[in-house]
Amino acid sequence: MATDPVLLQAVADLFPNGISRYAVGGLLVGLGTVLIYVGTGIPAGASTFLESTLSYVSDQSRFQRYVGSRDWRLVFTAGIVLGGLAFAATVQSGAITSSLYQPGTTGRLYEVGGVTLWMTEVQPWRLFLGGILVGVGTRIGKGCTSGHGVCGVGSASKTSVIGVVTFLAVAIGTAQVVAALGVSP
Amino acid sequence: MSSDRHPLFKPLIFVGGLVFGFGLGFSHMARPEVVINFLTFTDLGLPFVMFGAAIVSGVAFATVPRIRDAAPLTGDSYERRLKPFDRNVLVGGAVFGVGWGLSGICPGAAYASLGVGNVTILWALAGMFLGAYAQGYWRSRATARDTAATGAD
Repeated sequence: MATDPVLLQAVADLFPNGISRYAVGGLLVGLGTVLIYVGTGIPAGASTFLESTLSYVSDQSRFQRYVGSRDWRLVFTAGIVLGGLAFAATVQSGAITSSLYQPGTTGRLYEVGGVTLWMTEVQPWRLFLGGILVGVGTRIGKGCTSGHGVCGVGSASKTSVIGVVTFLAVAIGTAQVVAALGVSP
Repeated sequence: MSSDRHPLFKPLIFVGGLVFGFGLGFSHMARPEVVINFLTFTDLGLPFVMFGAAIVSGVAFATVPRIRDAAPLTGDSYERRLKPFDRNVLVGGAVFGVGWGLSGICPGAAYASLGVGNVTILWALAGMFLGAYAQGYWRSRATARDTAATGAD
């Protein structure tokens, strides 16, 4: 029965922050991707930026192949950073409130010039070491969460579905092991 | 991929990036804690971000090519994002998985995370550039047997 209180409690435990902020955020990520696709025909992913930007400072052949796209990829990334800032200045700062947005309790908030900003409490060594592996893995694996996960899955690409299943399964295993080892945050 | 593109090419890319980054902020995917909470099964909401976005883009990828022949700002034809499968997809995916599971951050979310004020994420971004450089350095040297390579996102 849908109104079974035990079942409702179980669902609430699995989704302590509801699903609306995730779903609305996902729709916006999709909308940004679609805007670019409709105008330019490009299914844009986020991780190629790492290599295309390296082509400004390195003449390795692997990076030079991205010279043609490095300028717009820089613009795309600048947009993503400023989109995050626009979110901070509006919803995160409370200037716009919505029942679809659940603020949660992760990390810590601080204020600069009336804008509420957010800082992670995950330890820097995890971010740095994890970042290195993300940099190697996304480039060798031909895509990341947006390239494979959004554009590739949206294209019903078998390669991307396999890529997503692989990194999702390994990430779950890794995070469980790290948590079991008592590393927190 | 010519350099003399339509004057609205970069402005549109920028606006698309803005919406994309706002969505990553709103969804909290730009917060490593929230990703780690999903991967350790304490908050299962996160898949709605990636799969929600995949559904939206999937609808566009399936319908836009039937409505128009070429994109207005580039003249390029509309194509789906299809990459050839090989062992690298598994190896790279697994390495990415370890990194994502350890740090709770992926590239797009890291850019947005910087925007929401998370200066500490510069550690992750520095790592990503270092990792991308290391594999690029190594692969540039292995170019001889890497002739069939294609671009990746």
